[in-house]
Amino acid sequence: MKANTWAGRNKVKVRDVPDPKVLNNRDAIVKITSTAICGSDLHLVDGYVPTMQDGDVMGHEFMGEVIEVGSGVPADKLRVGDRVVVPFPIACGNCGACAAEMYSCCENSNPNAGIAEKMFGHPVAGIFGYSHLTGGFAGGQAQYARVPFADVGPLKIESDLTDEQVLFLSDILPTGFMGADLCDIQKTDVVAVWGAGPVGQFAMDSARVLGAAKVIAIDKEPYRLQMAERAGHTTINFDEVDVRSRLLELTGGRGPDKCIDAVGMEASHGAAHIHAYDRIKQAVRSETERPHALRQAIMSCRSGGIVSVIGVYGGFLDKFPAGAWMNRALTLRTGQCHVQRYMKPLLRRIERGEIDPTRVITHTLPLDEAERGFDIFKNKQDHCEKVVLKP
Amino acid sequence: MTRLAVRDPAKVRQEEVQRRGRGLGWMSAGLGVAQLAAPDTVRRISGVDDSAVSRVMVPLVGARELVHAAGLLTSRRKGVWAWTRVVGDAMDLASLGMALAHRGGRRRRRLVGVTGAVLGITVLDLLTAVHATRAKEAGSGPAIRGARRGGPMELTATTTVRRPPSEVYAFWRDLGKLPTFMAHLEEVRPTGDRTSHWSASAPFGKNVEWDAEIIGDVAGEKIAWRSTGNADVPNAGTVRFVPAPDGVSTEVHVLLTYDIPGGAVGKAVAKYFGEEPHQQLDDDLRRLKQVLETGEVVRSDGAPWGKRARKEFPQRPAQPLSDSDLAKRAGA
Repeated sequence: MKANTWAGRNKVKVRDVPDPKVLNNRDAIVKITSTAICGSDLHLVDGYVPTMQDGDVMGHEFMGEVIEVGSGVPADKLRVGDRVVVPFPIACGNCGACAAEMYSCCENSNPNAGIAEKMFGHPVAGIFGYSHLTGGFAGGQAQYARVPFADVGPLKIESDLTDEQVLFLSDILPTGFMGADLCDIQKTDVVAVWGAGPVGQFAMDSARVLGAAKVIAIDKEPYRLQMAERAGHTTINFDEVDVRSRLLELTGGRGPDKCIDAVGMEASHGAAHIHAYDRIKQAVRSETERPHALRQAIMSCRSGGIVSVIGVYGGFLDKFPAGAWMNRALTLRTGQCHVQRYMKPLLRRIERGEIDPTRVITHTLPLDEAERGFDIFKNKQDHCEKVVLKP
Repeated sequence: MTRLAVRDPAKVRQEEVQRRGRGLGWMSAGLGVAQLAAPDTVRRISGVDDSAVSRVMVPLVGARELVHAAGLLTSRRKGVWAWTRVVGDAMDLASLGMALAHRGGRRRRRLVGVTGAVLGITVLDLLTAVHATRAKEAGSGPAIRGARRGGPMELTATTTVRRPPSEVYAFWRDLGKLPTFMAHLEEVRPTGDRTSHWSASAPFGKNVEWDAEIIGDVAGEKIAWRSTGNADVPNAGTVRFVPAPDGVSTEVHVLLTYDIPGGAVGKAVAKYFGEEPHQQLDDDLRRLKQVLETGEVVRSDGAPWGKRARKEFPQRPAQPLSDSDLAKRAGA
């Protein structure tokens, strides 16, 4: 089959690889109909996530049709012919973490748990196409994929919603939603979201459906801010204005009640010297993150507020504003999204028309053009927000 | 998660180096203080009291000695600081050589005496520096290196399984199932109610086999066993099953003891456990948890061989296996 693979830093390549087979009894094989490039794929391609290997099949946002199931998948859970969206964290459904609905911390799904434990203190779940640290599972930017624990993860789509309407249930919609969910949003809340990429857009939409009084988008790409504006959100361009002053203006001097970091480890920054500091430390690998968004969110949040982090971090960061966090009674919440927890309720919200996931799609390309897709997405060319690939 | 206790000869060598380093440090301190506090006495004893240059040189050398002393007395890295002393000795010998060339009579005799003493100290410094460097090389390896010369090795590990203690106990008590999650075991065959025959796979030495007996068995709580007869690698183990605070899970606490022999088998065992001996047992328990909670050992494209995926890196790329890869698995 054809698959988009990691081919070294800043390089992806569509290659022919063997078709996937059932390796565990609870596996299913899915023929992929739609897949997408995620912002977190860029962290892999940019070389900031360790343990990638040449030839790794990328992609963790995909859906398609079940063409084979292992002997351990009960027929009432999944059958050949089912149309499914596959959540990016692989979760067994049996361990303590899964029992607590913390699927992205599944204790059994990562065969490389020993390595992850060294990096993170405790192991994390397996993730499709997302380095060997998270298991070394082939990803979904391909024609077919093997889906472990197929009786737990895949969400059956039984209505006639299009692929584009449900594909993002695999990752970015639940991730954005969890960012807002972690904020315990009240109807008086002003919620500020750093990053107007696809996850940020969905965090904004989610904050609104959860009842926020006002949602503010912070980014520097005019087209991304326009997209947020069209969806009804207030915008701040950090290339043009000072974020803190503008946030104070917009909140009567209080600061936003809830702040969401939807940027993560490769933030860019209005202040050149601070950007240079982190960029250099990151380049020589003495710091793995460029955490401007997180720092600014913590400094901006009103006292007693919540800072929710859904942008991806992989290692260690410097100049963490612990003083602001501690002295102003902030709550910091985070996590890789526990997608399985949110898929069904979000599917209902899509069906009811409360959230329109298709609004972020700017490009649809054949899988063969994955390299070009990565290029325009990474370089924000052609007003690129989200690329969907068709195998 | 895991603790390892091995009496380690490398550690003994390290302690010796630390002790000698401190000795040299005190010597440097004494010399330094003397050269700074009473430079003229030092110059007279050394036979260079006729030189104006030595009036400047002797306190400078004294200051340098204090630097050596500070380093040797405060740093754990005695090797590096011992080498700085060797360099200092070379400088001193060069100066003494120059002084010798320009003197005769009483002063020359004194110079010869001092040079001899410095030569002796140089030898001592050199020996300490070399020793420290070697001890560091040996010490930077894993503690298990000590075990190559034989000796007892204890490994402990623990995990929590979301199954009741009775079930986890029953699984373990069925000794034939141990090889499904313990990487080094090929087969465990019960030969009686409390006795069994064990064989370990190739990495553990060539077909190491032994008999074992259960010496403690409390249903739902504890199993203890030990090898019997003339085992190549005498070993014993205890596993305790403790109800976890959540009321549904079991804490599994394992203690394994290996009496590692010298010679080829001992070497093979040490090599098997490698740089991080506890990692093997941690991985074994992770697989136990997978089997009990999910039904089988979890496989990925990067690590498709279950318990055979011993060396975690480098792995095969995360892309589906070819038919020939799968055929290899069937044979493995």
